[in-house]
Formats: sequence, C-alpha cells, structure tokens
Amino acid sequence: MTSSQPALRVSGLAKSFTVHAQDGLSLPVLRDVSLAVSPGECLALVGPSGAGKSTLLRSLYGNYRADGGSIRVRQDDLWTELVGAEPRTVLDVRHRTMGFVSQFLRVIPRVSAVDVVAEPLRRRGTDPAEARQRAEFLLAMLGIPARLWALPPATFSGGEQQRVNIARSLIVDYPILLLDEPTASLDAANRDGVVELICQRRDAGAAIVGIFHDGDVRDAVATRVHEVLPPASPTPASLAGVSP
Amino acid sequence: MSVPLLSARGVGKRFGGRIACRDVSFDLWPGEVLGIVGESGSGKTTLLNCLAGRLVPDGGTVTYESRSAGSVDVHRLSEARRRLLARTEWGFVNQDAREGLRMGVSAGANIGERLMAVGARHYGEIRGQAADWMGRVEIDVERLDDRPTTYSGGMRQRLQIARNLVSNPRLVFMDEPTGGLDVSVQARILDLLRGLVEGLHLSVVLVTHDLGVARLLTHRLMVMQGGTVVEQGLTDQVLDDPQHPYTQMLVASILPV
Repeated sequence: MTSSQPALRVSGLAKSFTVHAQDGLSLPVLRDVSLAVSPGECLALVGPSGAGKSTLLRSLYGNYRADGGSIRVRQDDLWTELVGAEPRTVLDVRHRTMGFVSQFLRVIPRVSAVDVVAEPLRRRGTDPAEARQRAEFLLAMLGIPARLWALPPATFSGGEQQRVNIARSLIVDYPILLLDEPTASLDAANRDGVVELICQRRDAGAAIVGIFHDGDVRDAVATRVHEVLPPASPTPASLAGVSP
Repeated sequence: MSVPLLSARGVGKRFGGRIACRDVSFDLWPGEVLGIVGESGSGKTTLLNCLAGRLVPDGGTVTYESRSAGSVDVHRLSEARRRLLARTEWGFVNQDAREGLRMGVSAGANIGERLMAVGARHYGEIRGQAADWMGRVEIDVERLDDRPTTYSGGMRQRLQIARNLVSNPRLVFMDEPTGGLDVSVQARILDLLRGLVEGLHLSVVLVTHDLGVARLLTHRLMVMQGGTVVEQGLTDQVLDDPQHPYTQMLVASILPV
C-alpha cells in the first residue's frame, strides 16, 4: 500500500452552466479548483450556500461535465483521467473505485430495500446470498427495522430513504467516497450511526470528500477542510432550474 | 473488453427527400445499455432498424463482432446469414408485441421456436426451457399452451421478451418496450428487464421517448433531434447536466410527480 500517494487529484477544474432557454446565459460556478485526497483522509468542502460545493462533488463523480482541468483517480496503480473520458471509463471507475452518496434515493419500482442495497455488490459478482446478508447487516446497523427490508423504499420516510441510500453506497468498499450531506435529514441517533460508518471507512483507508453542513458531524469525520469560494460574478437564483 | 460489440460509422438514411437519420457514429461495448432518446419523428426507430439490419442505410457501415464469425459488416451479409445472426446472437423487442410474436401458436411454441432455430430438437427439453422462461418473465406456467391472443398487453410483452432471450443472445434491440402499457404494467416490465439485462450481461440498444425509462435502464444516452445526434454521454450526466438546447428542453419538459 502506498498510502502517501493521493487517491484523487484535481487540478484547474472549471465548470459553468449554460442556459439556452435564457439566450445562452452562462453561469460560471467552479474556476481553477485544485485539491488532492489521500487514503485515510476526509476532506470537508466548506463555503457559503451557492458557492458550488455540490457542483464540485458532482463534477468529481462525472455526474456534471467539467469544462476543463483534470480529475484523476488512482485505479490499478495507474492514474485515470475523468475529464473528457469515455462513458465506459467513468462507469468502470464508479463500479470499482468511487462511490457517491447523494441526498436522495432514486427509487426503483418494485425492488425491495434489501435488494436496492445489495445491488452494487451483486453487480461486482458477489454471491447473491452473501450480498443480501451484508445488505441486511448494514440496514440493521443504520437502524432500518427488519420488517421494512422486503418492501420497496418508495413509501419510506425521507430519513429512512436516506439511510437505505447510504447503505447502498457503502456496501462496496470503495477506495474513494463522495458524500453529499449524508446526514441531512436524520435524527441524532441515526446520525451517529452514519458518522460511525464513515469514520470506519476513513480509518480503513478510504479517501473521502464530503459536504457536511452539521458542524458536529464535520468535526467528527473530517481530517481537513477545503474552502470553496463563490464565483466572482453573482450567481442568479435561477441556477436551480438547470441542476435538478 | 478490447473490441466493441457493435460499431456504427456515419450511418444515414433518407426516405425520398426526407432525412430520417444522418451521420450517426458510436461504439457499443459488451454489457453496455445504450439509450436512444428524442421526440417522435427524430429518427430513433429508423436508426434502430438500420443497426439491426432491418433497413439498409444509404451511407455508413454497421459492424458487429459475432460469436461465430468474428467481425462482420451487417449490411454486406447475405440475407440468409443476417437472418441466422438475428435468430442466434440477437434479439429484437418490438413496441407492439404482436409484431414480435406469432399470434396463431401457443406461448410455449413461441418460445420453443427460437430454441429450435438454434438447434434444439428434444421436445421435453424445449418444453422445459419454455416453462422455465415463462416463470422468469412472471407468466403462470398454466398458460403455456394458450395462444398470446388470449394474453393481456403486459403478458404479451413479457412473452416477447422471453422469446427473445431464451436463445441466449448477446445483443438485444428494443423499440419502446414499455410504450402503450399501463404505468403499473410498465414498472413490472422495467424491473424485469433491468434484472435480465444485468444477470445475462446483455448489450442493449434501446429506443425510448421516456426519459424515466432511459434513466432506469441505460448506461449511456444518445439524444436525437431531426435525424441528428445532438448530444451523447453517460445517462445521468446527460439528464442532470444537459448541454444542448434541445436536451435541456427535453429534460425541462418532464412532468414532476
């Protein structure tokens, strides 16, 4: 293990949104962002609302398309460039190396909570029964009552859905984890369970980048802080329209 | 993973003076699900038919890496060889199940026919596999000897899926597989397709106008407008951060639930 070498290296990253419905209005969000995260580190993105923290995180995952710069991920002892990469390269990195916990669960009709959680592991070829067992373990650890496991999460509360989402994203031991407000809609007890899980992953050598609005959560998990500065020109409130 | 399964280069088709699709190029890799989205008349189905060898394009090439004969130019194969390929290595799921099924014979015969096309001869085995596939697409095995004319729309669609997948294809073309079905029936078929595509490691080219279906089933998207591919990329990236004016308009037009 070369733990001194970063797992994720970002340099000169730029991202703007162009809204064609408004005469091609261009909204710059990220300009010349550079950072590096090593295994065992958790980098907390901080900055005022609208500064582009979520945009940065989504750009790292390839969910938003960067305009320029470089996002390199350590995989198979090689650097893989994600800016401008082929979709299958990004999918391969997501499949094996980089996990993302979003704020909201995208529910799949008819699929039970336990299968939603087990899916990423099954897709990597783990035996279905074993994947299911691990999913049940995580759901229990995150305080989802066993009577809900066989039900599709569409009818779950917001907090329950978020925990299902966290379990799904953490079932694979991704070397890199991106966390977008993983505790946003959780009560204190459930929040502690999530914090513990994140700390475990960090201490086991995951490189983590996250947005944590809750100061206590941030203090518990983060090893460093990275400040995201708002773009120079004012960002119109209409940004929400292009980035649902 | 070193060779694409299907490659299109500069594929175009006109009907008289009207351009149906123009200069389409892409590579489909093993295990990938590629969605083609766009509104009615954007050329999606014409493109799909050109890729599957059902229509001859005016220009460009479609190359397929076959299990049996290596790399083949789909439109230079003899009709007999192309038909053999379509029966043995490909599947094609039509929007209207009646076009993809033989309505005059039993469900079991619909599935069994595909098996016989790839050389199965043992009646008991064929029937056993047909019954197994009825179960996999969630149709009561009791209905094995019934004709699809007695089936509901959703059941017919599931039967068509079974007929296509029983022969273990590598590449499946799908044209609006959930179009025209009730929402609850649609959800069931989507769930079924997701599981089968993943479990069988299928490569799929899927035409749909429904961005929700595309989000659920596909890895990559091509967005077509007026016969041209205006944008392509990872599905979640195209839907969450659309670049082209037309894609932005499409995404903005989804009704929130």
